[in-house]
Amino acid sequence: MSDHDHHHDHQAVPSDPTLRVKALESLLVEKGLVDPAALDALIDTYEHKVGPRNGARVVARAWIDPAYKQRLLADGTAAIAELSFGGAQGEHMRVLENTPQIHNLVVCTLCSCYPWSVLGLPPAWYKSTPYRSRAVIDPRGVLREFGLELPEDIEVRVWDSTAELRYLVLPERPPGTENMTEDELAALVTRDAMVGVAKVSPRA
Amino acid sequence: MNGVHDMGGMHGLGPIEYEKDEPVFHSRWEALSFALNIATRAGRKWNIDSGRHEIELLPAADYLRMSYYEKWAARLEKLLVKSCLVTESEIASGQPAPDSPKATPAVTADQVPKMLRTGALASRDIEVEQRFQIGQRVRALNINPEGHTRLPRYARGKIGEIHLHHGVYVFPDTNAHFRGENPQHVYSVRFTARELWGNQASPRDAVYIDMWDDYLEPA
Repeated sequence: MSDHDHHHDHQAVPSDPTLRVKALESLLVEKGLVDPAALDALIDTYEHKVGPRNGARVVARAWIDPAYKQRLLADGTAAIAELSFGGAQGEHMRVLENTPQIHNLVVCTLCSCYPWSVLGLPPAWYKSTPYRSRAVIDPRGVLREFGLELPEDIEVRVWDSTAELRYLVLPERPPGTENMTEDELAALVTRDAMVGVAKVSPRA
Repeated sequence: MNGVHDMGGMHGLGPIEYEKDEPVFHSRWEALSFALNIATRAGRKWNIDSGRHEIELLPAADYLRMSYYEKWAARLEKLLVKSCLVTESEIASGQPAPDSPKATPAVTADQVPKMLRTGALASRDIEVEQRFQIGQRVRALNINPEGHTRLPRYARGKIGEIHLHHGVYVFPDTNAHFRGENPQHVYSVRFTARELWGNQASPRDAVYIDMWDDYLEPA
């Protein structure tokens, strides 16, 4: 790389992202390319409206309604839309069922693909290089870091989200929850369980 | 491109750092970086694939050093300049050039719910030949394009089995470079962990990778 290019690369990366993003925002607002109220609406959506509670509702419904679960596994997008969830980064959904024999784990090794419509925006660890690099080569080691030790005889299936399909794990319903309502069940379901790095515990 | 973003199977990137009760955004600038990217995407000057590729084009050292939403901000600057929506000097100064035209109407707050609710379908409802069937043995091609691809290095040359058929989708390798959508069938291909990583891997485990027709050949 030439000295000129070298200089250029570093110039393009100011050290303080706060200033950099503020400057970009004011430039784009002044140029009429973005509307500040639209930015606030976007932020508010993912801070307060669209998050893992959506996915938890889907899981709880699947646990109490076998016909719904069947539809969910056959056509994830359509079944999730029955609960009024869908849209951006949930246009093409596949639901993966964990069983006593099979454990599913979702990753995006190439970037950060994640089912926003049911889980919201991804946490930092999901987007991080340690998770992205190792989930495919050492899923059991990764799960151990999350505190989940899987017996040898369990089959681990890792799903690398390389296309526009978005994956949601349907965790196993924990024992001792037979008498719980759908709302109580939904409260047990965590984001991590729906990515596949945890199981659902019977107590919230 | 064989960039540092294609990191599946790498060692040495450290332990997973888990933040308990992590907020959606850690600061206002992270939220803004996200929202600016989404709001400007609606202008349709670029697509999801070219947007991803722009992050891959960041210098490798920056890619590894920068936080997630820093990369998004850097990517957006590049996209805006390449699309002639802003100039390098406007980015540098933070001020619009005196003679710069006012842009076409931006996305408004009341359009946001519908925009997110609708999303953007990557599937295409057209007839294209389906080259592979569920259960068929396939080999992922050993290709090393300098441009965008969603065929990860760790799977190239490896043999797998068609596990699911997803339908017809836009092909990122051409779409990212504005060379057409080239829609084709996409499958989930099952690769055993041992095929990918050798005998150190569990004999039971497998990795399922979504792949387009053009990534595969019969095996």
